[in-house]
Amino acid sequence: MFTIQFNGQPKQIEDGISVEELLLSAGVPTKFCAVELNLEIVPKHEYRSQIVKAGDAIEVVTLVGGG
Amino acid sequence: MDHTVNRIIDTELNKNEPLVDGPLRIGTHSLNSRLIVGTGKYDTLDLMRDSLAASHSECVTVAVRRERLYDRDGKNLLDYIDLSRYTLLPNTAGCYNAIDAVRVAKLGREILRSLENPGADWVKLEVLGDSKTLLPDPIATLEACQRLVDEGFQVLCYTSDDPIMAVRLKAAGAACVMPAGSPIGSGQGILNPNNLTIILEYLKSDDPTYPVIVDAGVGTASDVAFAFELGADGVLLNTAIAHARQPVRMAAAMHHATQAGRLAYLAGRIPKRLYAQASSPEEGTITSRPW
Repeated sequence: MFTIQFNGQPKQIEDGISVEELLLSAGVPTKFCAVELNLEIVPKHEYRSQIVKAGDAIEVVTLVGGG
Repeated sequence: MDHTVNRIIDTELNKNEPLVDGPLRIGTHSLNSRLIVGTGKYDTLDLMRDSLAASHSECVTVAVRRERLYDRDGKNLLDYIDLSRYTLLPNTAGCYNAIDAVRVAKLGREILRSLENPGADWVKLEVLGDSKTLLPDPIATLEACQRLVDEGFQVLCYTSDDPIMAVRLKAAGAACVMPAGSPIGSGQGILNPNNLTIILEYLKSDDPTYPVIVDAGVGTASDVAFAFELGADGVLLNTAIAHARQPVRMAAAMHHATQAGRLAYLAGRIPKRLYAQASSPEEGTITSRPW
């Protein structure tokens, strides 16, 4: 187990976990989201291959009502 | 009245159909409604969906925010927006510097690309200077505009009603400049119509089709009509509908105000006069006059 920053909060995750597995475990529907890993956008087709490492900062965003 | 603008409009329109208006063109986008509406601040998503429909808008703004990971109610905004009907316009609301604005714009683009929505290539740029006034930071806005243009975005740029700033943003490559009528959500309408008139004149001097949209400050339907009568190509609003006592009814009012104001502009208003001008014939009266 190690710690990452997940949407601004510390989160314990297991070694070798991918972005896809992380989103799945957090219950995030990937249909309407975008993922940023250490300030770089992760394209959807890389969710499975992109492995999360200790100290990584991940932002998962979606669209909400706005003007 | 800018006659160059009118000439262009006249050639675009079929004079035999005076009630027909041309589309609102922004960069590569073309919208049949000149009203763009926000999706924020509604009591319920059902109310938002019905209000959007009543506004007849084809383009709605959305914001980029963190996924709510711990208090999800299972509803997503996009479940209530028909993506085959609306072009999404993602904004950078909540950004106070150029770096954040570029970052948020890219995340919005990423989501819209995955949705295959045509709005993926544009952004409503908003870089604020102060959370109390929500007035734009002009220096950071210009910097962000330049960077987003370099990144290939079509930038619809929120700005104050300063004509010089508007000129600088157009020169930086903004696809559309969007001066505020008054502060965001204030409902004060168009506080400085003279500045807006100057912006329209300056930005359209070498290209009468260059779009200028009044963004923010609208309180009610007459504000929308006034913006179009001044020559604005579009109006973007949110709170005036979402916080009206009856949002769906207000959305319909905004739609009609858009049509009324735009048609009045195209028709060409009469000049204002100090003295009266009789509508009935002066000749043939059987009455006497006091002097």
